[in-house]
Formats: sequence, C-alpha cells, structure tokens
Amino acid sequence: MFLGKKPDRIKREGDELCCELTPQLELSMPVMFSAMSYGSISYNAHKSLAIAASKLGILYNTGEGGLHEDFYAYGANTIVQVASGRFGVHEKYLEAGAAVEIKMGQGAKPGIGGHLPGTKIGSDISRTRMIPEGSDAISPAPHHDIYSIEDLRQLVYSIKETTGYRKPVIVKVAAVHNIAAITSGIARSGADIIAIDGFRGGTGAAPTRIRDNVGIPIELALASVDTRLREEGIRNNVSLVVGGSIHSSADVIKAIALGADACYIATAALLALGCHLCRTCQTGNCNWGIATQRPELVKRLNPDIGSERLINLMTAWNHEIKELMGGMGINSIEALRGNRLMLRGVGLNGKELEILGISHAGE
Amino acid sequence: MKQYVIIGGGVAAVSCVDGIRSRDPEGKITMICGEGRTAYCRPLISYCLKGKSDFGKIDYRPESYYIQNRCKLVYQKAVKIDPIKQTVTLEDGEALPYDALCAATGSDPIVPPFEGIDTVSAKYGFLTEADARALDGAVKPDSRVLIIGAGLIGLKCAEGLCGRARSVTVCDLAPRVLSSILDDTCAGFMQKKLEEHGVTFLLSDTAVRFDSDNAIMQSGRTVSFDILVLAVGVRANVSLIKDIGGECGRGIIVDDGMRTSIENIYAAGDCTEGFDASLGERRVIAILPNANMQGRTAGVNMAGGSELLTNLIPMNAIGFFGLHALSAGSPSGQAHERKTDAGIKRLYIRDGYLSGFILIGDITGAGIYTAMIREKTPLSSVDNELLLTLPSLAAFSEQRRRKVLREVV
Amino acid sequence: MKRVFVDEQWCLGCHLCEYNCAYANSGADSMVKALKDRQIFPRVRVEDTGKITFALSCRHCSDPICVKGCISGALSKGTDGAVRIDRDKCVGCFTCILLCPYGAVMAGEGGAAIKCELCLENACGAPACVAGCPNRALVYEERG
Repeated sequence: MFLGKKPDRIKREGDELCCELTPQLELSMPVMFSAMSYGSISYNAHKSLAIAASKLGILYNTGEGGLHEDFYAYGANTIVQVASGRFGVHEKYLEAGAAVEIKMGQGAKPGIGGHLPGTKIGSDISRTRMIPEGSDAISPAPHHDIYSIEDLRQLVYSIKETTGYRKPVIVKVAAVHNIAAITSGIARSGADIIAIDGFRGGTGAAPTRIRDNVGIPIELALASVDTRLREEGIRNNVSLVVGGSIHSSADVIKAIALGADACYIATAALLALGCHLCRTCQTGNCNWGIATQRPELVKRLNPDIGSERLINLMTAWNHEIKELMGGMGINSIEALRGNRLMLRGVGLNGKELEILGISHAGE
Repeated sequence: MKQYVIIGGGVAAVSCVDGIRSRDPEGKITMICGEGRTAYCRPLISYCLKGKSDFGKIDYRPESYYIQNRCKLVYQKAVKIDPIKQTVTLEDGEALPYDALCAATGSDPIVPPFEGIDTVSAKYGFLTEADARALDGAVKPDSRVLIIGAGLIGLKCAEGLCGRARSVTVCDLAPRVLSSILDDTCAGFMQKKLEEHGVTFLLSDTAVRFDSDNAIMQSGRTVSFDILVLAVGVRANVSLIKDIGGECGRGIIVDDGMRTSIENIYAAGDCTEGFDASLGERRVIAILPNANMQGRTAGVNMAGGSELLTNLIPMNAIGFFGLHALSAGSPSGQAHERKTDAGIKRLYIRDGYLSGFILIGDITGAGIYTAMIREKTPLSSVDNELLLTLPSLAAFSEQRRRKVLREVV
Repeated sequence: MKRVFVDEQWCLGCHLCEYNCAYANSGADSMVKALKDRQIFPRVRVEDTGKITFALSCRHCSDPICVKGCISGALSKGTDGAVRIDRDKCVGCFTCILLCPYGAVMAGEGGAAIKCELCLENACGAPACVAGCPNRALVYEERG
C-alpha cells in the first residue's frame, strides 16, 4: 500500500492515462515503526528497527536524534525527522531517508518538545546530534521558525526543494482539542502525509503531569480529522498515519476503519525487543539494552535477535489483519479505510459515538 | 625409489615416518628398533607402575600403522654407519643402504660407577618398559625402596611405588628435588606433596658405596633397602654419529632442519642438541612433544622438503597426587612471581619477551605462556598486568582474539 | 567442519554456556542434578576482565599441537576434523595444557584432561553452549 498525496481526479492526455504522482511511500503492510530518537534508545535498538523495517518492507523513524552514519545504508526504509531542536539535521541527513517528517508535537507531551537527560548523552550521541556531551538536550516547544500555517508551508517547501521533490514530507502533530482544524491547515500546506500522535503514546522522558493530563485519545482525534477533511473535499491531499497506544492488530484495523491509512507503533515494537515496561527509561539503566547508552547494557540487545523478534511481531500482525479483513469480507486495505460501517461502539456515550461517526452495537 | 633408514624406534622415529610419508608415499622406509619392540609412550611406564595405565596399552601407534605406512621393522641394534658408502650395519652384519638416514637414538641411563654396586641383589633402572616391568614384578608390600636421583624420572618412580611398598626413600646430591627445572621455592611444593604421601627425602646427600643391601651415604648414614632404583639421569646416545666424526656436544648437533654435520644424515629426538629458542643457545631438549616435532621435520626434509623448526624450547609437565608443575623456556631475565600456599606462578621476562615460566598448582592456560615464548610475542603488545594474573586471550589485542575466536586456526 | 565461533561483542558474561556444557557432559537427566551442590567441569570457560568478555573453548585446530605432545595417544584428530580425548587413555599428565596456545584444555573430574568435543560424543549431538547462549555470542557453523 502507498502513503502520499493521491490525485483527486483521473487525468488523460489524449488516450493516455497520466500516471505521474507525487512521491509515495510503499509499505508491505499498514504499520510503521514510530519515532524514537537515537539517544532515548540505543544504537542496537535502532539497528534492530532498521534491519526489521528493511526486511519487512516497511519504514522506521529516526526520531529527533538524527541518523547515525552507520544506518545510512538502510536509508530506503528510513523516515528522517526534523524536530524543533533540529538535532543532527544537515543536507546529507535529509537526502538519506525515504521521507522527511517535521515533528510539530508528540502525543505523550503536547505543547512541549523532546527531552533527553544529559546522562544519556555520550560521544556518539553528541556527534550524531551535533550537541555537547553530558548536558540535557531539551527541544523547544514550537519550531522557532513556525508560528503559522504559512510558516509551516514555507518549511515544507524548503525541505522539498532541498530534496528535489523526490521525497514525501510528513508533518507530525499531537492529538489535541482542535486537531481537525489544525490538520485541515496542514493538508493545505503541501505536506504529503499527516501523522497524529494520541495522548496514550509512550515517551522516554517527560514531565509526569504533562504526560498524564495533556492531549486527547487518538480514536477521537482521528475520526474528527477524517470527517473534517472529507467534508472539505481535501481528504486525498494527504495520507493519515496515527499512533499512540496501538498495541495489537485489532487496534490497527480499528484505526484504519476510523479513517487512517496506516499506523505508527513504538511501545509495541520495544516490547518485541524485550522491554518490560518498568518505566524508568529516563535513568538510562535499561537492563534490556534498549533505552540506555551504557555499553555493557547496550550489548545485551543483539540486533540479529532484536530484528527477528520485530519481524515475528509484524508478521503475526500481518496475518491477523488479513484474517480480520477476511472475516469482514474485505480484500483490500483501501476498502477498509474510513469504512465506519465496520465498527460498532460498546459502552460509549452518544457524544463519543457521534464524534467517532459509528453506531452503537445492536444498531 | 628413495631409501630411508631410521635408527631408533621411539616417538621421534615414528614422527619421522609421518614426515617422510607426507612427501614421499613410495620410498622404502626401514626402522631399526634397538629396544626390541615398536615405539611406546615411555612416560607412561610410571603410570603403569601406579596402576593408572597398563603395559598392554602403551603402544605409541598400533601395529596397523607400520603396515599402512609400509615401514619395515628391524628388531636389532645398529652398530656402525658408513657415511661414504651410505650404509648402516646391524648386529648380525647386514648393511642397510640409505639415501637419507635419521638418527633417533634417544638417551641411555647414566650409571655412575658406585663402589660395591655389584653386591646389590635387586637393582633396577627406570627408563625402559623392561625396567618398569621388572620393577613392577619385584616390589612387594614389605619392600623398602631406595631411589637414587630426585629428578623427573626418580620422582615419578617414587609416586608410582607409593602405597605399594613399605617405604620409599629418594636421595639426590642436589639440595632440592627436580633440580634441573625448579628452584628451591618451587621444588619445595613438589617435595612437600610427595612427603605427605609417605616419601622420605635425603637431599644434598647420595650413596657413595654399597654393601649388599645397604647404601653408605656421603653424610655417613646408612640406608638399608630391599630394592634399589638408579635414576641418576640420562645421557644422549651419540656414539654412532660421534664415531664417524659427526659434530656432537652433549647431544648430536643439528641445525633448524634437523641436519647433522654429515651429509644426508639427520637426527631427531632426545639424542639431539638443537637450538633452544628461549635461551638463545644450543641445548639437549629431551621432551616428547619436541621429539615428535623434530622427527616430523627431519622426515619432511629427508624426503626433499625444506621445513625449519625454529621455536623449540624446553618444557615439562609433571604432577604428583594432583599437584602439577608446568614449566617452559628458561629461567633467565627478571622474575615476576605470585605465590600462595597452594602454588606459585612465576614468569621470567628478558628483553621485553617472556623467556620462561613455572606454574605450580593452578596451571590453567599455561599453554598461552608457552606459545608466547615459542612465538616470541613482544610483551609490549599484551596487557602485562592482566597476563600475570590470568593467562588468557583477554590480555592480547582484539585482532588476535578475532583471529582465534572467529576464524579457523 | 562446523566449529563454535565467538563474537565477543555479544558476550554478556552470563556463564550459561558453562552451565549448559557441564550439564550436557554430566550424563545426568536434569540440570539441577547436574549442577547443584557440586563442583562442575565445563569444557568452555568464560574469560571476563570486566571490559572484555568471551567464552573460550577448543578451536579444533587444523594442525593441533596438543595431539603432537600427548604422551599416551589419548588426544587425536578424527576424520571429521574434531579433536577428542580418549578418557581411558588419558593419564592426566597435562602436557596438552602446557601446549594449547589458547588455554582451551582444562583439568577435569578425576584429574584427566578435558576440552570441548562439540557435544559430538554426548546425547546433545550439537554444542549445548551455542543452544544455551541467550545473545547469540556463540554460533555453530562452517567458516573459512
């Protein structure tokens, strides 16, 4: 399946069909590995993700920590992220990936930027991010060159110019209260893909009150965005990718039925790598070698084994997605997208059902 | 077709056959087994005495080996070599022609001319299988055994007889046991171990004369015995080569290709005096692994090869009742030592290289030190501090570890 | 022939290889019986300096020097390329330990010499250390 701007009408030149499209991302299944920065997670974790993405035919996301030089080889399966701190962003970086993602916000901490404690910043991270060793890396809340949609449009096109219009540009936002209006603006800014990150998403480090109290659930955000963009006739301007506690193939199916083109997963991927959800990533003492930079811990994660486990998880989900679709009598993922009739609500109130655009079970 | 003659039927002789056959599958090989039997593992005779091995199991190679390698066996002694005619004459007068000859004549026991030695009724050597079988048959639970010589052979004999005889006494002119390989401190460990098992030592003392079954010692005391074992030492058997003008020191002098000073004559094993790479001088190095390596090199070169053996060093592995002493190289240079009640680790360093070592007790990884001496590994390329504590590849460079652990060696 | 190869970057020094080896060669039917309350004799040794860790076992050299020095003929290189010790012939002289350039031969139970035999002579059939390594630091394959 493909992510990117889709044409809204068929064009012909004489008898010939015009097949030219804006750049698309091809995925073997509607799931990608979401942004986790090099710094919040380890070199071996990134390597596992990169190997798994390339073997599966999907993509992984560098997060805002830049791209380690050793992983440029996996560029065809990499989304390079440009976040507000602009860590590790240079021309070769933009060229290296298959797509560029502008991170406006993230679901776990809407309104503030990324946070990497100084204890996790050693020489390799320092070099990749282009920052000094040992001092906290705190990304600013807004990009300091984006204060309006027009500013965003300017950045989107600067990136497209730099990369010769060969790569789709993704804009990632956190799921907040006026998400529909925001995405309407983004859809008109030249972005090819919008990624929305819900409030139950994971993070390596965030202030507790913000993590636990700011943002809205991804289902409500997604449904309102999909509805609004269809109403405005601009739904095909962009593909929608959603993340934030997508933990099973059933979650993927529900997200696509609510209007997403694909899903981002992060926590689920880390669990495949061995994460125990001890929730102390910020200490840098991850005993599975995932959320740490300590060499004696990082070596516990052998990318040969880690990538195999990620491939196992995704392969299993792939089978389950196909099974579920088969059960629904659908044979293509595009036919599931936005197909609200495939969903029913149980124990939801009228307002929720209305926003989600689905009927209650029994109806 | 080339004719090869090997004088001797021991380990070096057999390896010589291996060496020849690695290059020449056709040539005629004749092995002159002066001891009247094919090669056997001589160090095993003390284990046979102890009961840990038995005389039926000590063949170095099975009978089929000699048939498969078409090695003709002659059970006589060689009496003369004619280097001009290139023949070897046997006891019965037959002259065997050779294109290439290897002298693997080993060593003979030293029998000092003790006064009154002929009055002793039960005296034995301890070098050959025959010696060991005789001793094995003679010793009884009430026997008092006196062993002259506290070297490797004497002590192994003592260990073999512990528990089998009423008493075992060992005497030696040297002030310590194993005087050729250990110093006072190290020797002390081994002596103590044997004493714990009932062996009595009379050091800095030896017999000066015998009167029937009594030894009158230099110190004046008299030691009565039922069985006398002479294990004073051995001497390289060089007579055949020396008699025809071949260069000899304490052993037959050979170059790195095992060639003697006489054309087409090679030598290998305990009878040779080759170059000790750890000392930088010529020396008789009589130890089985070296005999094996020398024999093979001699054979290869006899068959037209040009192999060189440049890293021969003395080495010994000896143990009594579970306490082992492993040593290699020469104790020259500066000594670095770690000593406990259980044992000792001593490394000798000279000119930035490991020149020797002695390990007693914990002998794990000794071979790593041995390899460093043989290969002349510069100490600057290894972690010295670590190496003294723990002989391990961890002390070497990552490249070396990659080669050993990730490639075929 | 297949041999056990070690990648020290993945070795965590967990010693599971040693325990699996001791169990595999013990003849016992449970790991608990094989290891609990007794001295164990694994044929692989984890070397750990704090910074470097790896498991060391017999390399089954192409031209093994231990075989050349063995005084009893207990050590031999088979037609399958594996180097084995014949328990009945070994007298525990440790000349092999004196010679092995990698420290791979060790003192076993009862004073005989022991070393890795690739689990070809026990019920496992293939190296137990490799099967038990949790991080793929040990692999069993053909190389070179």
